[in-house]
Amino acid sequence: MIKTFGQTQVEVNDEGYLNDFSQWTQEIGTEIAKEQEIDMTDKHWEVIDYIQDKYKNEEPLSIRGIKKSGVINIKEFYNLFPGGPLKKSTMIAGIPKPKSCI
Amino acid sequence: MKRLLILGAGTSGTMMANHLVSKLPKSEWQITIVDQYKTHYYQPGFLFLPFDIYTTSQVKKNGKKFIPKKVQYIQKKIELIKPEDNKVILEDEQVIDYDILIVATGTKIAPDETEGMDGPMWHKNVFDFYTYEGAKALRNKLREWEGGKLVVHITEMPIKCPVAPLEFAFLADSYFKNKGMRDKVDITYVTPLGGAFTKPKATETLHYLLEEKNIKEVTDFNIERVDYENNKIIDYADTEVDYDLLVTVPTNMGDALIERSGMGDDLNFVPTNKATLQTNDYENVFAIGDATNLPASKAGSVAHFEAEILTENILRYIKGEPLKEEFDGHANCFIETGNGKALLIDFNYTHEPVEGTFPFPHVGPLSLLKESRTNHFGKMAFRWIYWNMLIKGIHIPFVSATMTEKGKKFDTVKK
Repeated sequence: MIKTFGQTQVEVNDEGYLNDFSQWTQEIGTEIAKEQEIDMTDKHWEVIDYIQDKYKNEEPLSIRGIKKSGVINIKEFYNLFPGGPLKKSTMIAGIPKPKSCI
Repeated sequence: MKRLLILGAGTSGTMMANHLVSKLPKSEWQITIVDQYKTHYYQPGFLFLPFDIYTTSQVKKNGKKFIPKKVQYIQKKIELIKPEDNKVILEDEQVIDYDILIVATGTKIAPDETEGMDGPMWHKNVFDFYTYEGAKALRNKLREWEGGKLVVHITEMPIKCPVAPLEFAFLADSYFKNKGMRDKVDITYVTPLGGAFTKPKATETLHYLLEEKNIKEVTDFNIERVDYENNKIIDYADTEVDYDLLVTVPTNMGDALIERSGMGDDLNFVPTNKATLQTNDYENVFAIGDATNLPASKAGSVAHFEAEILTENILRYIKGEPLKEEFDGHANCFIETGNGKALLIDFNYTHEPVEGTFPFPHVGPLSLLKESRTNHFGKMAFRWIYWNMLIKGIHIPFVSATMTEKGKKFDTVKK
């Protein structure tokens, strides 16, 4: 389905995740965050940068990885993206949420 | 004489030894394989051992039987890989030089990564089933368990055989039904992911299994610690799940050897080219199976497909030809759903599991992403295939290393 953020139209899946990361912009990230009732700060963006790097390198994303990242500790991660930090941060970052094989 | 050295004699290492022994000229190449353990385990059998479906002797054999006679087999602990010097150091300081190295050291559970997991209750009421010892201890526990809260739990991804915990929950439902005590057991499936099923097509076609079997789901649960004194697991959001019996899949990590040798990522997996299986850092070092950081499932079927492509690439490397970028992440896995039925899934890096037939388009006899008894017989027959064909490097007829799109319903699938 097509969703409009400001002036831009992007394709998202049923849950609201971008289908194509190359369509992502910071503006879109900010809009998705607003829908999740999150006001983005520099710290938020630092985490999003880290997550997008992992995605580009095809590295799995996990809470443990966040813990070791040096970017943020886990309690802060939960505070920044309350109620499902991986789910919400990946949506804002424009990448698929972490999945298993089925 | 040149040497091709394989580290690890599990599923991948044994397959590579068998593939390469007939392909490399004996006058030029010595193949050597090193593994400290004598026993070769049929790891898919660890799922069945706790439920008394398989016996201990059905899941283990002497590893030596499966290593070709012309391959030098060394049973010693590996201390260090020195990839800059093309050397491997063994436990008694024995040094082995190599021209080509294949890392097949697999993955291990690391319960010590989670506070309280491998504490005093480890293998008492907190169990793994990813090791022979864990699966056997759990079998003994289940034989006498009188019921209560059974929690099946995944610590974090990636794990070996990502569907195994779900199969465990399904088989537990059948097991307790057969024992006439299902009403005394409460089964909860706890996952760090968004659901027991995470892909749209699988969720749509398979979610009924959880409802039918009355298995509760706790999702997005990122465990912080096991409170073994009060029998609960607690996550970073302070959500608590009580258990009487915890069956967990601990963090999976590559072998400590990889860390010692400075060759791994955060989880000790070796950064490897996902299409060629050459390691990113050393052109004469290749990696296969669970030891790699490939974004594919860690599973025997994946290793089997990788082995066919890696064999070809090793031969190309020796001839100085460019490597084939052929591995597509192909996996093909039976999933037990209990009551003598199973599913079959076939997928790769870019295609998620879909409905259809396998291995013959539109004919089957196996059906994809759908429960059937035939699939269950397929899974049971697979143990024979494993011991007699797969690890011996014998090609399984009609099953190709890369995935075929024929006879599958891709119409509704999005990446």
